[in-house]
Amino acid sequence: MPKLKLEDLAEVREKARKATSLREGAARVKMTVHMGTCGIAAGARKIVEAALREVEQGDLRDVMVTTSGCAGLCSREPMATVEVVGEAPVKYVDLTEAKVKAIFKEHILGGKIVEQYALAIGSERAY
Amino acid sequence: MEDLSLHILDIAENSIAAGAKRVDIRIRESRREDLLSIEIADDGSGMKQDMLKKATDPFFTTRTTRRVGLGLPLFEQAARAAGGECRIVSRPGSGTSVTGVFRYSHVDRQPLGDIAETLLTLAVGNPGMEFTCRRQTDDADVFFNTAEIEAELRGAPIHSPAGIAAVRKSLERLREGVTHAVGNR
Ligand SMILES: Nc1ncnc2c1ncn2[C@@H]1O[C@H](COP(=O)(O)OP(=O)(O)OP(=O)(O)O)[C@@H](O)[C@H]1O
Ligand SMILES: [Mg+2]
Repeated sequence: MPKLKLEDLAEVREKARKATSLREGAARVKMTVHMGTCGIAAGARKIVEAALREVEQGDLRDVMVTTSGCAGLCSREPMATVEVVGEAPVKYVDLTEAKVKAIFKEHILGGKIVEQYALAIGSERAY
Repeated sequence: MEDLSLHILDIAENSIAAGAKRVDIRIRESRREDLLSIEIADDGSGMKQDMLKKATDPFFTTRTTRRVGLGLPLFEQAARAAGGECRIVSRPGSGTSVTGVFRYSHVDRQPLGDIAETLLTLAVGNPGMEFTCRRQTDDADVFFNTAEIEAELRGAPIHSPAGIAAVRKSLERLREGVTHAVGNR
């Protein structure tokens, strides 16, 4: 048996964590699309549709797309919050179907926040 | 709001906010009677009489993130513009039913839009809730029910790839049944 490296251990732990979270039925990533009246009028349903297509096409069993009420920032709708287990939630604003595609590829699958689509308040990043 | 299916989604979001476990949507399209009616009924918290009176006033809302509530006023406006009206029946503790009636042939009646997309969003976005939709036309009557899908899925979550596919398939039946009968609108 080859010697175990630190990275391997990290990988083992990561695998174990994923297995546990799957057993508990909790997703690794949750994307919540906000569905207040302004969100819907601004196209939130298309955003849900685009996210569901990504889940189906990638057979992403550990990603949960869900909806919630208004987030209170009507001028930046459609909006969605992406939560990766163990990380701070990220709010994405002014969404389009193309942006959803990029967020899946880079953030949800690639682990890298798409900063240019994320909400920024002044100089302080809201994630 | 671009079409009536988006209003339906929005009114159903009120039901969800009111803690409903179940939402029943009923759409009747009758060219014969020149009538389109849409009812969204829930088993949520309901509204008291004084609140009900104010519900279609845009300056009334129980939300805390914005000072105006737009959903019901917009739906009522859409109905009135199409020679119809909006009726709300509600009782605290037993739920709410919102009905919009429209003149089918009215030039200002908004198109129904993609009702399947609205149901997909509701069903997948709110696991654990039950949604039904009955769509009647002069010669078709189609029914959609998330409880049937959940039973078929045998424990797989409705938001899983298999769950989403099952909801889509079930909605296709609803869509097809209607297009066959309605023809070219
Ligand atoms: N199905 C329902 N059950 C209980 N209360 C309801 C229901 N629908 C509406 N209400 C009440 O009526 C108010 C007005 O609803 P409306 O949809 O017009 O605005 P809103 O939901 O507050 O905000 P918006 O729709 O603009 O995001 C709500 O805040 C809520 O208190
Ligand atoms: Mg509302």
